[in-house]
Amino acid sequence: MNTTTAPVSLREHVVPVEAGAHVVGAHWLKSTLALALADGRVLRWSDGALDSAEVHAGGILCTCSDGERLITGGDDGRVVATSADGATTEIARDEKRRWVDAVTVSGSGSIAWNTAKTVHARDDKGKVRSLDVGTTPQGLVFAPKGYRLAIGQMNGVSLWYPATEAKPEFLEWKGAHLDVVWSPDGRFVVSSMPENALHGWRLGEKPSHMRMTGYPAKPRSLSWSHDGLWLASSGADAAIVWPFQGEGPQGKAPRECGARHAKVTRVAFHPKALVLAVGYDDGCILMIRLTDASELLVRPALRDSGITAFAWDKGGKRLAFGTEDGAAGVLTLPAA
Amino acid sequence: MSEKIPVTVLTGYLGAGKTTLLNRILTEDHGKKFAVIVNEFGEAGIDGDLVVGADEEVFEMNNGCICCTVRGDLIRILDGLMKRKGKFDAIIVETTGLADPAPVAQTFFVDQDVGDATKLDAVITVTDAKWLKDRLKDAPEAKNQIAFADVIVLNKVDLVTAEELASVESAIRAINPYAKLHRTERCALPIDQLLDRNAFDLDRILDIEPDFLESGHHHHHSDEVRSMSFTIPGDVDPEKFMPWINDISQAQGPNILRSKGILAFKGEPRRFVFQGVHMILDGDLQRDWKADETRSSRLVIIGRDLNENELRQGFEACAA
Repeated sequence: MNTTTAPVSLREHVVPVEAGAHVVGAHWLKSTLALALADGRVLRWSDGALDSAEVHAGGILCTCSDGERLITGGDDGRVVATSADGATTEIARDEKRRWVDAVTVSGSGSIAWNTAKTVHARDDKGKVRSLDVGTTPQGLVFAPKGYRLAIGQMNGVSLWYPATEAKPEFLEWKGAHLDVVWSPDGRFVVSSMPENALHGWRLGEKPSHMRMTGYPAKPRSLSWSHDGLWLASSGADAAIVWPFQGEGPQGKAPRECGARHAKVTRVAFHPKALVLAVGYDDGCILMIRLTDASELLVRPALRDSGITAFAWDKGGKRLAFGTEDGAAGVLTLPAA
Repeated sequence: MSEKIPVTVLTGYLGAGKTTLLNRILTEDHGKKFAVIVNEFGEAGIDGDLVVGADEEVFEMNNGCICCTVRGDLIRILDGLMKRKGKFDAIIVETTGLADPAPVAQTFFVDQDVGDATKLDAVITVTDAKWLKDRLKDAPEAKNQIAFADVIVLNKVDLVTAEELASVESAIRAINPYAKLHRTERCALPIDQLLDRNAFDLDRILDIEPDFLESGHHHHHSDEVRSMSFTIPGDVDPEKFMPWINDISQAQGPNILRSKGILAFKGEPRRFVFQGVHMILDGDLQRDWKADETRSSRLVIIGRDLNENELRQGFEACAA
């Protein structure tokens, strides 16, 4: 089996976690791993001890975390926060039971979500403001600093200050916009599109466009490097990593990391180093160091077990993953 | 890749009996579990396990093509449902009476994630024997729904005379001669006539009734939705046919509602089958022509404002 190109393996450092249902999202609440499952349960794992609770009546559709709480949106029309000890708080409930397709949380604890075509933003004191955006937003993200929300919608991205009466700024680009990310330095907003492309804006007096195309599938997973200089994306048979030094990636070629005969479904940058976790639709996980493109195998390919969720813990010592067939696991990096 | 979940699209003008049919499908003793996506959530009184309200959100793609549209709400809902594979065996999408079926059908061709996880089984259109002819006069949606159908449930036949029934059937056949047509009272018909049709499966395109292919000679005004069929008794040259079909779907795609074809390519032992929705075409080489089968090339187009003679001459010029 050993050839010169076979990646060195980290497999023996992975502890399996039996999740039992499609893992929608994985997040570390300090040392507790919280897994949001498509059957409505939230599973908590802490060094081998498992505990699960039914948090949504139906499925969980979207998740986010501020490191203290797991926030989930469900097809029961509810937004719920679960803390590391398992205590749950209902943040919102839609009377008509409309799906909550997107949730996001800011560093200061503000939460935003959608019900149908309306976006709701709840500041850290609990005051909720709503904005009708005309189409169902699937991408919501707070600015890295300040109480400002980017909303991916039809034909562009809105930038909204929920605490003011000001009309949102609209970054227009024809077509549907799905997921949205904001660069750590606040200079760039990037969205994924059903045309198998990313579209970005360099913010400023006159926002300028960035087009990142050539994906065979929709790039639905986006991750910034800790220094904000690289944006990794899924949607191809390798992780596509765009350079955001200076004016951004226009006119520059992206890095392609971990090319295999499978589609990349999730990417997650290490929180402190230029190391990228790459998950594929065939269940394989590779760890790739950008500096020398060296690859480590975390999980071998496993039929029907495509990677659906990644979470690095805050210190970057542990990587959790979840899959579509209900498998999950925690990789603890060996001490160097 | 695991098994794709079949999706049945249920359409029909307001009051034709969609909800009656849906309730029949859901309550019949078939042992299957369905996820149901409905536009008029809450009004139907559906006895289903998993009922989701959709809001008919059409996404135009940014490629500048007005006929390449997909249903954004459908993509989102199917994506959510796919996370719960194993909870249901099939999906039924009920669209409103005013909905255009094209963006629904195109969603399964254009969106790769949807296409990987699900397959469009058939478009079923419920029509009202008493009022359909009026709707065909005043409602373009009703024509589109007939044109798109793989299965037509001609309901309320007990409310019309034999002559009226014959007249409404011929109006339907002028638009769409190849759909399976069932006459019903209160939508009573066996579920196996509706589900697992594989109508969008390229392998099943030969289910087009051969008789109907030869009966397309109706005289109508050019702005009406109608079908036309063309046959070349032998092979076609793929070097001529492929550019031609691409050209007409690019130029006339917005007016072509559906197209289907089975072709004998020169020197190719396998049948080439294709189908399309507007300008989106899906085609492949399928099984071998059988020894007792006559190699011939056939094409059916349903659309509006199409020049039949021009299309016929164009197709015939592709003969090998």
